[in-house]
Amino acid sequence: MDEQDSNSQSEIRDPQSLILFDNVSKFYGEILGVNRVTLSLAPGITSLVGPNGAGKTTLMNLMTGLLRPTVGRVSVLGIPTDRPEQLFPKVGYCSQFDSFPRGLTGREFINAFLMVSGFSRKQSQDLTDEALARVDLMAAADRKIGAYSKGMRQRVRLAQSIAHHPCVLILDEPLNGLDPIVRAETIALFKDLAAQGLHLIVSSHILHEVDMMSDRVVLLNNGYVVAEGGIQGVRDEMEEHPMQILIRCNQPSLLAARVFRSDHVVEARLHNDRQGLFVKTRNADQFYLLLNEVVSQGEIELESVAPVDDDLSAVYEYLIGSH
Amino acid sequence: MSATATTIQDRQMHAPISIRLRQIAAIMRLEVKKNFFGKRAFLVYLLALMPIGLLGIIAILPPQAREWLDFSGYPKLFSGIYSALILRTVIFFGCAWIFMNLFRGEIVDRSLHYYFLAAVRRDVLIAGKYFSGLVTSIVLFAGLTIVSMLLFFFPHFYAASVRFFLDGPGLTQLWTYVAITVLACVGYGAFFLVVGLFVRNPIIPALVLYGWEWINFLLPPLLKKISVIHYLNSLVPVPISEGPFAVVAEPTPAWISVPGLLIVTAVVMLLAGVRIRRMEIRYGSE
Repeated sequence: MDEQDSNSQSEIRDPQSLILFDNVSKFYGEILGVNRVTLSLAPGITSLVGPNGAGKTTLMNLMTGLLRPTVGRVSVLGIPTDRPEQLFPKVGYCSQFDSFPRGLTGREFINAFLMVSGFSRKQSQDLTDEALARVDLMAAADRKIGAYSKGMRQRVRLAQSIAHHPCVLILDEPLNGLDPIVRAETIALFKDLAAQGLHLIVSSHILHEVDMMSDRVVLLNNGYVVAEGGIQGVRDEMEEHPMQILIRCNQPSLLAARVFRSDHVVEARLHNDRQGLFVKTRNADQFYLLLNEVVSQGEIELESVAPVDDDLSAVYEYLIGSH
Repeated sequence: MSATATTIQDRQMHAPISIRLRQIAAIMRLEVKKNFFGKRAFLVYLLALMPIGLLGIIAILPPQAREWLDFSGYPKLFSGIYSALILRTVIFFGCAWIFMNLFRGEIVDRSLHYYFLAAVRRDVLIAGKYFSGLVTSIVLFAGLTIVSMLLFFFPHFYAASVRFFLDGPGLTQLWTYVAITVLACVGYGAFFLVVGLFVRNPIIPALVLYGWEWINFLLPPLLKKISVIHYLNSLVPVPISEGPFAVVAEPTPAWISVPGLLIVTAVVMLLAGVRIRRMEIRYGSE
């Protein structure tokens, strides 16, 4: 990937506009979180990609001061991460912790933490309403968060992280739990925020999502940055590498016969329980179109369609192996 | 940078005191509500009701022992009940529960990170949480002290109690007990807040301190001074005997014990301020 390119860009940028990791290592006792990470992230959407345990959340927690580096230094727009009063007017973090202070409504939750940040009551109320509207949660704003669905909890966390208009937004698996429509709207919101000149740091283990929204990727594996650079390189490599999808349906053999005629399908294998079909395809989008066509003919009833995690790991390995 | 971020940062730099006071008030609003109406408040209410229940039973079924029949012995009897039941047990464990949960409870609930991700200095967070604990404990336990004293005196000797409170030393004693309660909340509160920050299982240090406070009467004079209860007992308006095995020590005068407790509290809070600056959010390891 364009490692050299990105480095030369970083050198000419003002450090006050960058997120910098300077030889950062983080150990949890004897367990490695991340090791010798040196990065400079410029404005735009940067995705941290890697399998579970790769160090994505650790990097995000280091950027926000929730963790302190064992070795090295982290700064965000020139601010050391141990100064929350300077850092968090500029930074919003939508973490993966799916928990909230007890007994609060969505509106109270966002409003309360804006006031903790020093906003006046009136400012907090206005910013809360704006953030709730932005994530389409106004209708449920006065319900207790405890009664929210997973997707609504994800959205209220997102609203809380953007409410104060940060210029750096850090999002840990922000699309988890969202339905396809909200997912598309949220991706559009991210692109809109990035177009306004914000830093967006997004973690994901779903390469397809990363592909849709990122300007740059940082590929992590076992606590190491294995590659970083423009999304085009990853996209090209993904297109060359087959993606595996599991389709649960009532007639997997028939489905196999239908899909195997297509050029981009390289393998179709029945699941052991004979209730599903593993398909390897070089072009996921084309495959989904084909699947829609087959299903619309009415002979096959679909139960579920999901990318297979093992294969995702294989893609990571493939990408990692190529560098 | 967005306009809002600039505004808040400018204000943080140019008017730090007013911003910090506003932040402390915002933290207190959140925490006091939780302390009074959250699920964890149930145990504190149960503790606070314990002496009231006991004194209610005594009001209905007065003991027949000689000292309970003579009003002149009542101030001493109440002093004993206050010291043993209210101060050493209810206030001690009540403060332990309230103050340890300010941080430990949020770690258990996995919600402390929201505070750490707000544009607030962590020592301001400590102050906000501590003051919210103080408001909760003082309202509860000062109220408990007043109700307990009135419930103790009035049912059996109404006329004598009216004279005791309006013309005698009753009211002064009542306010002294309330002041001791406030000081106990200040001192124990700071200790338990720090314990909640430092120790994963705070029950053990709480029990160790409880034991230390209970054996205080057996300790030599120098060791007695390394406790909260020694200074609080020195302030009790009606001194009580600590039993035949007690090691007698001069009570510490109020002009030393009160500022002494406040200074120790301030030092403990400074320690908490240093500790929280280095604190990490790692719920998985808790």
